[in-house]
Amino acid sequence: MYTNKTDIQNYPGIKWPYPVDYEKINRISCDVLILGGGLAGCAAAIAAARRGAKVAVVDKGPLVRSGSGGTGIDHWHDACLNPKSKISPEQLMEFYFQNPYWGGKYTMGHMRYIQAMESYKALLELEKIGLPIRDFDDEFEGSAFRDDTTGLMYAYDYENCTVIRLKGGALLKPTLSAEVERLGVQAYEYIMASHLLTEDGKTGPGSRVIGAIAFSGRTGECYVFNAKSTIICSGMPQGEWIFSTEFNGASSKFWDPNNTGEGQAMMAEAGAELTLMESNYTICANGGMRWPMYGTGDSNNTWYGCPIVDANGKRIPYTQNGKVMDWSEIYKNTWPGTGDGGSVTSGSLGELPGDLPEKIMSGEYKLPFYADLPSMPPDERRVLWGLMIGNEGKTNYPVYKLYGKYGFDPDKDMLQVPVMAPKSNFNKRAKPYWNGEVYEPWRECQKCSNCAVYDWTMKTTLDGLYVAGLTAGNNFASGAITTGAYAARNAWKAAKQTELIPVNEDQVQKYREQIYAPTKRDYGIGWKEFKAGCARVMQGNCGEYKSDEVLQNGLDWFKSIREGEMQQLYARNPHELMRTNECYTQIMVSEMTLTASMARKCSSPTMNFKRLDYPGTDEGENEKYITITVKDGKYTTGEIPVKYYLQAPYAQSFKENYDKYCALED
Amino acid sequence: MAEKEYTLYPNPITPNSAILFDEELCNGCNRCIDFCRTDVLMPNPERGKPPIVAYPDECWFGGCCAGACPHHAILMVHPMNQRAVWRRKETGNLYRVCVENELEENKRPPIVE
Ligand SMILES: Cc1cc2nc3c(=O)[nH]c(=O)nc-3n(C[C@H](O)[C@H](O)[C@H](O)COP(=O)(O)OP(=O)(O)OC[C@H]3O[C@@H](n4cnc5c(N)ncnc54)[C@H](O)[C@@H]3O)c2cc1C
Repeated sequence: MYTNKTDIQNYPGIKWPYPVDYEKINRISCDVLILGGGLAGCAAAIAAARRGAKVAVVDKGPLVRSGSGGTGIDHWHDACLNPKSKISPEQLMEFYFQNPYWGGKYTMGHMRYIQAMESYKALLELEKIGLPIRDFDDEFEGSAFRDDTTGLMYAYDYENCTVIRLKGGALLKPTLSAEVERLGVQAYEYIMASHLLTEDGKTGPGSRVIGAIAFSGRTGECYVFNAKSTIICSGMPQGEWIFSTEFNGASSKFWDPNNTGEGQAMMAEAGAELTLMESNYTICANGGMRWPMYGTGDSNNTWYGCPIVDANGKRIPYTQNGKVMDWSEIYKNTWPGTGDGGSVTSGSLGELPGDLPEKIMSGEYKLPFYADLPSMPPDERRVLWGLMIGNEGKTNYPVYKLYGKYGFDPDKDMLQVPVMAPKSNFNKRAKPYWNGEVYEPWRECQKCSNCAVYDWTMKTTLDGLYVAGLTAGNNFASGAITTGAYAARNAWKAAKQTELIPVNEDQVQKYREQIYAPTKRDYGIGWKEFKAGCARVMQGNCGEYKSDEVLQNGLDWFKSIREGEMQQLYARNPHELMRTNECYTQIMVSEMTLTASMARKCSSPTMNFKRLDYPGTDEGENEKYITITVKDGKYTTGEIPVKYYLQAPYAQSFKENYDKYCALED
Repeated sequence: MAEKEYTLYPNPITPNSAILFDEELCNGCNRCIDFCRTDVLMPNPERGKPPIVAYPDECWFGGCCAGACPHHAILMVHPMNQRAVWRRKETGNLYRVCVENELEENKRPPIVE
């Protein structure tokens, strides 16, 4: 019988199970240091190690399952160079620039092009190390989404074929981590990186990164890494506006909950430029109000193609660009025929009529709604509930197996779509997932934002420092894997021409004091209350509408928190030490968001960014990236042009730059 | 009548217990501990016993621990407010995940186990 007998509540006063030593320093030297071992980090480790580099990877979790893609993925994006694709990388770029959903004009174009050029090749590489990608046992023989010669299965768009459904996407992370291990990469697990180390301890623009300092969430021991090149793959910040574990634990976070923004904070602290820090949005997948991912009825993304019916069983039509789609078109949704490319990247798939709220109010459709799986063609149903739900992140056990355990049968059952206020749901704002209520001040960083400024080698504005994956503004698994490998090739190429520069012991000491300060107190304020307290500042001062006065108010508020509660943070064991150090990160990332928001003196529809005090939008001379870094202990903002990656010193075409910098030969 | 003793506890953590163990199936191998992404589970001081669910409030509900258990000794439970609802099309009856009901378990495996 399954019981909760070993809940912590039944073990009052239990001893910490691991030996703790806050004084101990472990010292490691390597060629390439990778901070964050999710999809990008593992791909980077593999690429560098295969080329002969001595590699170390640091992760807050276990490599076998850590990261946003750790529990699986179901679809592989932008495989433009697969044999059936009708979309070229150049065409794809046009789509990204047009579609605000994945960044629009603020797209980091070089990163997207790298993804488009290498996505399919990377998938074949994954197949070589054991990832099942094809329908090898002919389960879907004859289905419209399957190419019977190769056994590859396509998603969403059966004409243009750039998105591939993976037969075994749930195994992606175990497959990667096994290869990382086989190559002899040193993995440092359950360890949090918190500051970059720089040459002579000098920080600010122009400094050189030579490693990082980290500590264990189990033993509390310190780790000092000395490296020739460092790659940050630690994802993106979360929880700046909303923190609560009350309803659904850490599941209130879309990305890996360990993604709390250390990468961004430490890059800026060292002197690298960040950008798109002011980009954030309100999504219904926020906080405690959400449902299990993909675990309620939906028509978008993983659930694309499932008919949604109202309380009386009446089908609600799918639309594309406002036009009602014929039901026979749903399973071969094509682009560019249908307009905005939604079917290529799943960006605007499975939309219901824009006036659905009015139609609900007028009684045309009756709540609640259901996902009518039983009415689907059998192969489409099985591929949705079996392959997609089954491989997609957080679906294999939490949805497919657990729902099945309690009798859910897609051939017979209709999963309910969450019942929500018509206005807050069923419209574009509620994308991509219908799994929670919208509340405007509860925001998260926009997808494809909060990233470093980097060049065509994926080097940041500091020597020795590279980025990949989410930290480079990419939001896809294929993007993480391709940019991880690309950055690693360049990082290793540079490392080969560099000597190891020893760390500066004063800098190590300074950071150690900061890291361990909370262990010196056993009362004051705990990390959870602190995180929720900081989120309150952002809800009030960096929400739906912004002005200079309100943003400044937020900054002053954080100054007060720095002098007040931050000095009272306590950590009673290494786990709490890790979470309290995330509190430092949270303050810094929030301050950077406020500061960057102040520097953007106009509204931006692409970024969901609204100013009360400046009437303009980000057209013409307002169309630019705002950058931010730390200089002499102060945040400094600047600006660079959009598409800077196609301007001098770079060539004007994506292809020319890619060919020059892809470092494939090295 | 013997007087019952009462204990002072902190309030229950929410979610209460993200993970349940079957003590008969679990042999205390602790494999699940090193599959948990947020270090929710800690080794039990008593060897051979299931790990302690130390931080259910930090569970991401990804099911990595349950999937990794060679003995099927782990049951992940969605918190009560997360228990999605469905209706059987034929009968109109309402069911919820993680709540016992009269339906038979659907044993059809996913495409990848
Ligand atoms: C539920 C879900 C389903 C998804 N499905 C798909 C899909 O089907 N197709 C698709 O293309 N994409 C999908 N994605 C997106 C994809 O998984 C991500 O884009 C990708 O994982 C990003 O890779 P990354 O390496 O940049 O970040 P992550 O994979 O999130 O890795 C970041 C790593 O950094 C570590 N870390 C963070 N901070 C620190 C620190 N201070 N010190 C040490 N380590 C640190 C974390 O522990 C984590 O392991 C999905 C995402 C989610 C959440």
